[in-house]
Amino acid sequence: MRVIVQEAPFDLGAETSAFAIGETKMGAIVTFTGIVRDLAKTPLEAMEIEHYPGMTLKALEGIAAEAKKRFSLGNVLVIHRYGRLTPGEMIMMVATAAPHRKDAFEGAEFLMDYLKSRAPFWKREITAQGADWVASKDADEDALTRWEAKP
Amino acid sequence: MDILYFAWVRERIGVPREALETKAKNVAELVEELKAREERYAVAFEDLSALRVAVDQELTDFDASLENATEVAFFPPMTGG
Repeated sequence: MRVIVQEAPFDLGAETSAFAIGETKMGAIVTFTGIVRDLAKTPLEAMEIEHYPGMTLKALEGIAAEAKKRFSLGNVLVIHRYGRLTPGEMIMMVATAAPHRKDAFEGAEFLMDYLKSRAPFWKREITAQGADWVASKDADEDALTRWEAKP
Repeated sequence: MDILYFAWVRERIGVPREALETKAKNVAELVEELKAREERYAVAFEDLSALRVAVDQELTDFDASLENATEVAFFPPMTGG
């Protein structure tokens, strides 16, 4: 299990290759990457991501450990950036390795659902009109009830 | 005790962190104490349903005990991923 919180960009290809290398007992690797999406109405100049340094790593490690407990997973990788990012930049990635694809997919989805609303990051969108904190979505909270319902 | 604020809570209160002597037994009591201090706190803590709290870097509820706690953080719902 590897959890990284950093300001600098990461190399998705290199990270994925390094994650996959030497896996002989795993039959599946799933990766998910989140990127900064431009806004529909006003061009997005930047997205600023604030985090809670003392808590972020612990929270992410807790989520990753829980994913490993719930699904038949081998290795798990989480990289999440903070700071000022521009449209098209990669914000974060998760990778899961599992003997079979169902656990790899579900493990990645579980990680993403919890990362959205249980990891201490806050996004702010900067446009020519000013800066707005991104509001959390009810749908993100609802996504967790799905996992809570099936232990 | 260190009190930390993030995102718009930090902006409304005007500081990212402050040290505070408190006898509050739980988070709710601490919130009441802060609200009574100044208007900016009252504004930030007006709607607790819009806030989340962590005690010693663990996400918890507003009725959580502050016994032996050294750090309390207030922030809006998280938007990671």
